[in-house]
Amino acid sequence: MTQQLTIALTKGRILQQTLPLLTAAGLSPVEDIASSRKLIFDTEHSDVRLVILRGSDVPTYVRHGAADIGVVGKDMLLEFGADGLYEPLDLGIASCRLMTAGFSERESVKTRVRVASKFVNIARRYYAGKGIQADIIKLYGAMELAPLMDLADEIVDIVDTGNTLKANGMSPLEHIADISTRLVVNKAAMRTRHGVIQEVIEALSRAVEQAADKESAF
Amino acid sequence: MASNERWLLPDGIDELLPERAASVEALRRALLDDCARWGYRYVIPPLVEFTDSLLVGLGADLDVLTCKFSDRTSGRMLGVRADITPQVARIDAHALGEAGVTRLCYTGSTLHSAPQSTSAGRSPIQLGAELYGCADISADLEVIDLMLALMARADTEERHGPITLDVGNVGVYQAVLRHSGIEDDAANTIFDALQRKSLPDLDEAVITIDVETASVLRALVNLHGGPEVLDQARACLVNVPAALAALDEVEQVIAFVRSVHPSVSVYVDLAELRGFQYHTGLVFAAYLEGVGTAVAMGGRYDNVGAVFGRSRPATGFAFDLKALMATAKPAVANDKPVSAPDLRDAELLQVVRNLRAAGRSVITALGGVHDARCSELLVKGDDGWVMQPLNPGENQ
Repeated sequence: MTQQLTIALTKGRILQQTLPLLTAAGLSPVEDIASSRKLIFDTEHSDVRLVILRGSDVPTYVRHGAADIGVVGKDMLLEFGADGLYEPLDLGIASCRLMTAGFSERESVKTRVRVASKFVNIARRYYAGKGIQADIIKLYGAMELAPLMDLADEIVDIVDTGNTLKANGMSPLEHIADISTRLVVNKAAMRTRHGVIQEVIEALSRAVEQAADKESAF
Repeated sequence: MASNERWLLPDGIDELLPERAASVEALRRALLDDCARWGYRYVIPPLVEFTDSLLVGLGADLDVLTCKFSDRTSGRMLGVRADITPQVARIDAHALGEAGVTRLCYTGSTLHSAPQSTSAGRSPIQLGAELYGCADISADLEVIDLMLALMARADTEERHGPITLDVGNVGVYQAVLRHSGIEDDAANTIFDALQRKSLPDLDEAVITIDVETASVLRALVNLHGGPEVLDQARACLVNVPAALAALDEVEQVIAFVRSVHPSVSVYVDLAELRGFQYHTGLVFAAYLEGVGTAVAMGGRYDNVGAVFGRSRPATGFAFDLKALMATAKPAVANDKPVSAPDLRDAELLQVVRNLRAAGRSVITALGGVHDARCSELLVKGDDGWVMQPLNPGENQ
């Protein structure tokens, strides 16, 4: 019984930055992902195939063994939990920070704070950890609008450049976590298909090191 | 709920319709018969118990997994069992109270407050065997042998290829912790990083602790793979004698499995800390290719009986019978029922009784309609009732 090993990739910015690593590891897709309507792609490695998913779906696929390996942002793992997954490798790509943001420093007398975020679990844990009672409001996009429209006092969001915040008179406040892209592995697959998975991890690990060397050379 | 959705079952709660129910029941009987032949006595623990006894020693995981309600008669909390093992430990420690070795097996439905995996649902049928009163590794080898024998009975190999047996020993990590005297807070973050085999997170977690322990922990996260990792482990744990003893136990399991179950591939994982609060030594699990979670899990859990008044060495394992069934070779139904006419004829009814006594199924053709499963029918001939082939679709 030899099935292909399935790697689930997160589409969007993470995908663009993952492809060069896959190429360096000898796992590049045999056709152009961007111009195809396919969902499953073969790679130059005959035992490995790729599927392209939303980031929030990658942990689900890998946890249930529908995919053996996943490439996903640490934010997704923090938000949806990394139970039942191994995270052996930091791919060092699509790095950003998860922060709270708002108009100014929080007024310390406030008993409750309204927080808008798509990371409701992270936000709840973070404010509870600070001893602050927070009402979490789940939003799906344009977080910066929530404080402007007085829907929320603060937001919890990914901050890359901070330009959107600045343009709207807000600023990043507190640092919650550094986010980068992780390789995750299904626990059962790590055992039953250890040989080929270890091969992929090592190849990608080398690719990450090479990329880091190249960067520091400039 | 709308009245037209009354048929709806709660999330994660399933039922087995005739075909699957027959397969699961056939497997259940076969496995329990095997357990009996190995000397394991069958017990039927209750569906609910006081949470005081149900949740003993098993940590926070089982607490949140258990559905609870208050008992009107005693005012105490009751829990629907989420795991039968603590019940069997209670039976061994208190109800039986035997000296020497006690072997017990059990099966029954459990209830989980949330599904542990999609394949399992919230109400797995747990089947397991536990061995009490023997602290020697022979006990662990016996239950591993039995677990693999039961999987062979289910014939998972046909659909999923060879079994991978995962072997670890929580004693390795415990020894490293004791040796280094790591504070609880640091231990929690380290534990979390090890569970996820996350080297980046572990690097962050070990910043505060001494360099030597940090390097051992960093090595531990990569100590998984084929049996060859034992040699690497020995090299990096050379200063932690208690850990070396734990490694010896793992080595004995590998040698045993190789000689007795050569088709099983062994995977060693020294950072596997499943049930760390509960297990005290060897831990093992069976995995199959193409199945996203462990099919069977077990390990040593000495001293759980202490809260019931008697501390006992203990080791055992459990399956989810429904999940095991899903991986098993599909059973071929070889029972071809006989159709009998709906007559109150004493002679006919005697023939029917005789057939049933001989192990045949006989189904009465109510309203003159043969049950679709029947392949033969009883007809009255010159010498009494005889069987004739029944063509599909043929009715009286």
